[in-house]
Amino acid sequence: MTLLMPAPEPEIMSRRDELIARLRAILPWESLIVDEVSRRAYECDAFTMYRALPLVVALPESVEQVRAIMALAAEMNVKLVPRGAGTSLSGGSMPLEDGILLGMSKFNRILDIDYENRCARVQPGVQNLAISKAVEAQGFYYAPDPSSQIACSIGGNVAENAGGVHCLKYGLTTNNILGLEVVLMGGDLIRLGGKHLDSEGYDLIGLMTGSEGLLGVVTEVTVRLLQKPPLARVLLLGFASVAAGARCVSAIIARGVIPGGLEMMDRATIHAVERFQPCGYPLDAEALVIVELDGTQAEVDHLVGVVRDIARDEGATTIRASTSETERLQFWAGRKNAFPAVSCIAPDYLCMDGTIPRARLPEALAGMDRLAKERGLSVANVFHAGDGNLHPLILYDASKEGDVERAEKLGFDILRLCVSLGGVLTGEHGVGVEKRDLMGEMFSEVDLEQQMRLKCAFDPAGRLNPGKVFPTLHRCAELGMMHVSGGKMPFSDLPRF
Amino acid sequence: MQSECATLDIRDEADAVDAICAANAKGESCAIVGGGSRSGLGRCAPQAQALSTLALAGVTLYEPNELVLSARAGTRLSEIEALLESNGQQLAFEPIDYGPLFGAERGGATIGGVIAANASGPRRIKAGAARDHLLGFRCVTGRGELVKSGGRVMKNVTGYDLSKLVCGSYGTLALLTELTLKVLPKPETECTLLAIGADEAESLALLRRAAATPCEPSSLAMLPVGAALALDQAAAAIRLEGPAISVTARRDDLAARLASGAVRFETLDERDSKALWRDLRDAAPIVAKVGQIWRMSVAPSESFAVVERIRRAGAPVLAHFYDWAGGLIWLCVEAARDAHAAGVRGAVDACGGHATLIRASDATRATVEVFHPQPASLAALTRRVKESFDPAHILERGRMRAEF
Repeated sequence: MTLLMPAPEPEIMSRRDELIARLRAILPWESLIVDEVSRRAYECDAFTMYRALPLVVALPESVEQVRAIMALAAEMNVKLVPRGAGTSLSGGSMPLEDGILLGMSKFNRILDIDYENRCARVQPGVQNLAISKAVEAQGFYYAPDPSSQIACSIGGNVAENAGGVHCLKYGLTTNNILGLEVVLMGGDLIRLGGKHLDSEGYDLIGLMTGSEGLLGVVTEVTVRLLQKPPLARVLLLGFASVAAGARCVSAIIARGVIPGGLEMMDRATIHAVERFQPCGYPLDAEALVIVELDGTQAEVDHLVGVVRDIARDEGATTIRASTSETERLQFWAGRKNAFPAVSCIAPDYLCMDGTIPRARLPEALAGMDRLAKERGLSVANVFHAGDGNLHPLILYDASKEGDVERAEKLGFDILRLCVSLGGVLTGEHGVGVEKRDLMGEMFSEVDLEQQMRLKCAFDPAGRLNPGKVFPTLHRCAELGMMHVSGGKMPFSDLPRF
Repeated sequence: MQSECATLDIRDEADAVDAICAANAKGESCAIVGGGSRSGLGRCAPQAQALSTLALAGVTLYEPNELVLSARAGTRLSEIEALLESNGQQLAFEPIDYGPLFGAERGGATIGGVIAANASGPRRIKAGAARDHLLGFRCVTGRGELVKSGGRVMKNVTGYDLSKLVCGSYGTLALLTELTLKVLPKPETECTLLAIGADEAESLALLRRAAATPCEPSSLAMLPVGAALALDQAAAAIRLEGPAISVTARRDDLAARLASGAVRFETLDERDSKALWRDLRDAAPIVAKVGQIWRMSVAPSESFAVVERIRRAGAPVLAHFYDWAGGLIWLCVEAARDAHAAGVRGAVDACGGHATLIRASDATRATVEVFHPQPASLAALTRRVKESFDPAHILERGRMRAEF
């Protein structure tokens, strides 16, 4: 465990009873979780390496309650951590021992589906997949499809700017949001956008999306709905080397084809998947490329031909195209089960999330191999090849002395490698606590200070989800964002780590 | 407007840091000027000096297979578009050329100006806006600090997404020095299906129906009589792009789905289709009118009612047309000192959206709010965001909001 979180502030801990009493005045009895056993259920999100017992868990169900809680937190100077479905892979909703955990799970209603304007207004606790389910009978869907979509909530998707398999063609969360309702620390409510496009003024919807719960709490989201393509077909392409697979991916895009999905996996993953649930992947291939083409029948059939020709030219050893919906789903089944499949070949794995320029893929994989060997570990790879987003799965055994630390160190090595190849630390999982201390690899102190000043514009006291994203806590006053009166620094007890 | 003040050429980032630091020391405001094609846009707010980015030019990275291009902010849009064209690629958000709107030459814009105005054309509804295509940037903030954000990869959630914030910020946060954009393949071909003969409200309803089909129209506009194409009846125009085989199939499918006794169909071939959408992108149907021009973004189903309300409020509408399946209204009104702002904004506020005063005299844009007024808590937050980049209001003082 190498990451340090801000030490709990005794001053806050000592006022826990007062805080609970004040929260009781805002929330019904059952919406406040105070006993330790029940709070334990919230001690981590899907980044399970780090845990903390929240001071108290509040489960509001109305915007008024959220406003009152955030006003109270500001008044009592207590930290607050928002949480959606708790599926963050980077610890974005990891609780703080001296903070309120604000669970948004009761905000679970779809408020309005507007087919005419092709959008839906939903509460933040609504599951990602539930939106598509609600509109599928009319031929619509919500495009971003993170692999956690049966569990993750749309509010969390906004906080993390969630991606998915289809974002090469259809965009990330940020490209599919029209409006937000947000409560700021202190309780101010702001509405951004609506059912119209490109609200003028600063694009605060764009800023909020991917801000990892550090700027405000989203209480309503207006999402764009897209018409489902009438047809999708999938090609499975096997290659004798990862480099050949990567060349094929580049060739497809160079030809002007933007597939609905463009995925790749390495030999280790192909074998893990075939053992877990056989779906016809070629076991002799070093790399498997999965290409989904969607659109009208004429277009899809045409593009399948184009991609097939490219694959042949690039030396594919296997070329198969789905001829029915059942077969298409079967081709996807292996990719969708890649994570559980990998967990069957190793007791534990750590999922990383760097992005690199696609052309550097062979170098990245060779580098990863070398780094893993140095640490005495191995790595299985699945990636969103179309946009260069890698998900190396570091295989380790938590019961083995030192393995956790080695895995964590290898993860950091791999992310540094991504940055050195012109890439970034995280493509879709977020910085959270996991990559917080690596931010200096990508950004200068000045870059980070500007980002922290923006946080100050939303949360001057720095009480909303502190300890995430930024490797150091600065006082807003130090950053030149707060007036210091009488030489007294506000919040002089702010921790630094 | 900026012609009378001193202009400083910014040749590199160090120049920008020096100039903005010097301006901070003196408390003097700066305009940021590229090609000047948008200098009539925004509130009329004369600045103490102008910083020209024209010398800060050149494409610094272009990897067609990676769909990525970086250019310094002063690079001409026309240069970038020509380079992309030679590789069968494009900026899919179809930046508006404001030249004709302000009586300037076509093609004068710089890429920095395009991003600063988040200027997106008819394809916006399918391909996204400028803000959806900016992957990363370098800039010098109003504090005089060199800051970078984002990257050159397609998928990146490392730190706050400042790219969104600088798009449409009109230079009020930072002087952009270098931009990295996502570029996309040009469609193989395009055509436009015209549905002619229905009235305005019916034509708009038809556009919304077309948008809700799986035929993937990339642009949908409603042209009142006389707006374009020398038609004597109103028309709904629907652009289809892609491989030829698909475009034809989708056009036929769409015509079958939309068929009714009220409309007849015509098809514009690739050449005419391109010309039409270029004109609509640049608001050609209303540009030539003598009057003030408003651009409004509303929910598509509300736009007809918005124009009706504007008329009922007494604003003399000279010409108008709709883009974005009705979600965007371009409207020209007879010039007035107040630009009929109360009537226009009241009509938009009744359903939600915003109205921007695009073209009016300096005197009008000095007194009428050009950008839609904000509720108090949002206005306060907006100001704090501005001050996090530019605490002394050095950059483009008063260009977006009177208070900064």
